Amino acid sequence: MSTVLHETTTAAASTGSTRKGLREGAFGHARALACRECGHEVELGPSYACPECFGPLEVAYDFPNVTREEIAAGPANIWRYKALLPVPSDIEQSPNTEPGFTRLLQAHNLGRELGIDTLWVKDDSTNPTNSFKDRVVACALSAARELDAKVFACPSTGNLANAVAAAGARAGMKTVVFIPSNLEKPKQVNSAVYTDHLVAVDGNYDDVNKLASEIAGEEEGWAFVNVNVRPFYAEGSKTLGYEIAEQLGWRLPDQVVIPVASGSQLTKVDKAFRELVALGLVEDKPYKVFGAQATGCSPVSVAYKAGTDAIRPVKPDTIAKSLAIGNPADGIYVLDICRRSGGAVEDITDDEVRDGILLLARTEGIFTETAGGTTVGVLKKLVETGQLDPTLETVVINTGMGLKTLDAVADRVGPAATIAPSYDAFVASGVL
Amino acid sequence: MAVSVRIPTILRTYTGGESEVSAEGDTLAAVLDDLDAHYAGIKGRILDEAGALRRFVNVYVGNDDVRFLEDLQTPTPDGVQVSVIPAVAGG
Repeated sequence: MSTVLHETTTAAASTGSTRKGLREGAFGHARALACRECGHEVELGPSYACPECFGPLEVAYDFPNVTREEIAAGPANIWRYKALLPVPSDIEQSPNTEPGFTRLLQAHNLGRELGIDTLWVKDDSTNPTNSFKDRVVACALSAARELDAKVFACPSTGNLANAVAAAGARAGMKTVVFIPSNLEKPKQVNSAVYTDHLVAVDGNYDDVNKLASEIAGEEEGWAFVNVNVRPFYAEGSKTLGYEIAEQLGWRLPDQVVIPVASGSQLTKVDKAFRELVALGLVEDKPYKVFGAQATGCSPVSVAYKAGTDAIRPVKPDTIAKSLAIGNPADGIYVLDICRRSGGAVEDITDDEVRDGILLLARTEGIFTETAGGTTVGVLKKLVETGQLDPTLETVVINTGMGLKTLDAVADRVGPAATIAPSYDAFVASGVL
Repeated sequence: MAVSVRIPTILRTYTGGESEVSAEGDTLAAVLDDLDAHYAGIKGRILDEAGALRRFVNVYVGNDDVRFLEDLQTPTPDGVQVSVIPAVAGG
């Protein structure tokens, strides 16, 4: 039974603090957990909600001087940025899935199609379990280890479950993944292949999430990646921003388009850009951040268009299930970042999501999941509506792999013709 | 109307460490008032200065988020479970 992982919230000393029982440097250069709403600080540990106002806790650091050369000398995965993450300096000695440093592709064809001069795709479909979730889970696994967790767990419908189950297997930890019982069989297999402990819950995703929160509050020794170790987990998304800047030759793009589910990834990419500027690793410059949602679950986009900060929760109804969070915890921060930077939040229909998947596949040879179809489709809409400047350098983030959401386009593609096995039949088919 | 209220970790300092307590009231607002009468200050952690649910707290009556019901005026029938849970971003 772990005593370290029992959640309490002790105020952090002004010099920063880590709970008893943890080794020195367990969270690298992290100083404390700070509330994003009211600034209240608590010691580093398995806490995720501010004891004063329930606001989200975020990792605060005392960063050392870091040079481009030190980073470039690191491994070709997220640990090249370990000095900027809440992980120990010996993180590479612990088995993990070593995600990250995925390709940044110049999308000449898609750019031409959309009329964008310089367009890049940050392609996270090539991560170990084929989504960006491997990044955040790697950081969560480090925190779970340092906190002496006995069980590694998450509530999820897809990408996160895959990433947690695989990382837990690699780490040799007991791993429990909670899913809605009506989840499609292929998605269940994608997680169950890594763990015997796939738990199907009679209910929807929000019910599963609620159950996970309740278990995290009652059971000691459990590390739920997106619940009680969420502050550490969420930091993993910063590496998307670091990599974009490094792969562009240590500079920030003019515009970046990011899908919005909880909103966490978008806020962390922005945080990464600001950290790089503060550390002197890139030149300060204006950049615009755009958020992408599917209309069937678009509470942030609706609030953006209404000019309000009040995000009304919705019951999701979209094929973009990995974006289907009806009550996005970081939505308010997405609004702030997109407005402050001169960007926008936009949404598209499910048909446009499917079109986005096919557009990216047929212009750049990248088969993206529904979240990526949403992002590409929103990029197109942003150009068409004049909200995104096509003369500025733009990066679009592809968060995952289309093989996970085959159903979305299965009825839209197929054989152009079915012919007899003869040359004449081929000529007659009109495919030439 | 007696209901059972599940208390999140960060509010258990108010309930002496108890994770589940009883309260009276036929609406969520009345239940929170009754909770505050027994555990002074707890309501101010769940509601903001304007008396509305704090942005980052979810309250469920049974299995339903009260934001989809009648918010603080959501009825709390005898024996129902009320759960107070920090908002969690999913994945």
